[in-house]
Amino acid sequence: MKSDLELMNLIDAYLKGELAGSELSDFEQKRISDPSFDLKVVEHQNFILNLSEYGSRVKLSSDMNVIHESLDIQAIKDEVAPEAPRVIRLWKKYRISTAIAATVALIAVSGTLLSTGYFSKSISTNVNLLRREINSIKRSQNALIKNINDKPAKGPSDPGEYGGTGFALSSNGYVVTNFHVIKGADSVYVQNSGGESFKVKLIYIDPAYDLAVLQITDPGFEKLASLPYTFKKAASDVGEDVFTIGFPRDEQVLGKGYVSAKNGFAGDTVAYQVSIPVNPGNSGGPLLDNLGNVIGIINGKQALLDGAAFAIKSSYILKSIEAIPQDSLDEKLVVNKRNTLAGLSRKEQFKKLEPYIYMVKVY
Amino acid sequence: MKKELKSSAPADSEIVLGILNDSKETLSRLYTSYFPMVLQLVLKNNGNEDDAKDVFQESIIVLYNKVKGGNFELNSKLKTFLYSVCRRLWLKRLNEQSKTRRNIQDFSDIIAVEDDLEKHEEKDRQFEMMELALNQLGEPCKTIIEDYYIQNRSMQEICEKFGYTNADNAKTQKYKCLQRLKKLFFQT
Repeated sequence: MKSDLELMNLIDAYLKGELAGSELSDFEQKRISDPSFDLKVVEHQNFILNLSEYGSRVKLSSDMNVIHESLDIQAIKDEVAPEAPRVIRLWKKYRISTAIAATVALIAVSGTLLSTGYFSKSISTNVNLLRREINSIKRSQNALIKNINDKPAKGPSDPGEYGGTGFALSSNGYVVTNFHVIKGADSVYVQNSGGESFKVKLIYIDPAYDLAVLQITDPGFEKLASLPYTFKKAASDVGEDVFTIGFPRDEQVLGKGYVSAKNGFAGDTVAYQVSIPVNPGNSGGPLLDNLGNVIGIINGKQALLDGAAFAIKSSYILKSIEAIPQDSLDEKLVVNKRNTLAGLSRKEQFKKLEPYIYMVKVY
Repeated sequence: MKKELKSSAPADSEIVLGILNDSKETLSRLYTSYFPMVLQLVLKNNGNEDDAKDVFQESIIVLYNKVKGGNFELNSKLKTFLYSVCRRLWLKRLNEQSKTRRNIQDFSDIIAVEDDLEKHEEKDRQFEMMELALNQLGEPCKTIIEDYYIQNRSMQEICEKFGYTNADNAKTQKYKCLQRLKKLFFQT
């Protein structure tokens, strides 16, 4: 390796121009005569070039950094891009006034909205909830007559202050109605189409969805035959023919219509809009499609507007049922899965449904 | 909006001559006359002054390499050349940052500089490799190599600086160091 060392030193000396006279001519002669030697020289030369380029770049960079340090960057910045600082200056100067102005504006806007009732989009202002006030004049002879003719009901003969509709959830005495029907009740009774009244107790309420689940606790209550209708899980389409049965008076009344919009009042996704004739007392009535599936529960209609009733979607009834802790129930609440109404005419459907629809009386 | 910057830029031929002579004064004048232009470009296109510094210094390195690489032909104004290089470099960085193509707000004419930048990228790679190799080399080899090949100090000086008893020892040391550096450089 000694020769290699000497060779390199020789090449270094050559590249630095330190060779002279015979040494130089010998060296150049050798480069011409020996290609592998020449290759070594070129290789080395390239590497040294690389190295010196590295050196000069490092030097250039450090020189530039020195110059850069000496510059007043902020002054140059102000000259080339003066807008930004001006905006910042303005902001600093006026930010307190801006904040005050913004606050005043905010208070003014929200105050106006509050005073005009924008935030309290309560259904009650624009939607009439359909529970019926039963006045003494309307009080039914019916009940009295039935009391006399049929076996005496355990329920009171007094018709109650308010009334709505409810329908059976299961054959063992669970009934669903609207929360607003039984709201503030001292006691609640349901009356079937035969005029028998039964005392019920409140099992579950869901004011957000306007739903209430009741259970008939009256010893006079006999189990019903299994339910003819089922509850539809999926949403119904607009245009679907529907019908409802309710107690706008002391008798079951059939109403017929169609689903007219997917959402309820003010875009309320919990309900459908239904074009159907309903009156106070229809609240809590089932909304059924042609096949006899319950698709909703009537809960209100829009004031000052014809033909816009609203019904809570049946999926929320199922949700409420699921939300009831089963352990707390005396009897199991099982939702019917078999539909025996499909294909029947409306007359026959009504007949089959009759015993499952109750008038809800509130005292 | 497009406010042209007024500056008392030195004549282009003067600068080229200065670069060839490694004149510090030329570098200083070059830097002070053209940096504001680049700062404006970068500031107006989502950058800060540090970005401008990086981009501008890189463009000067490109210019130096181009001038010193021989057969330099000035077929545009130096200002246009520098601006174009900076513009390209900054666009590239912006694209790397946001991964989307975006337009840039211009303040000056531009020329095609793709070839120069390709060469520059190659040189840049070499530079980084050399930097890495030298850093791995360690002392005293690094200093010996730098002194001899970059600062062009004589073997005698190095001998004294490192306290070698004679120049031959120093030469052997330098040879060993160089061999190691080459090995490091080519293996990366």
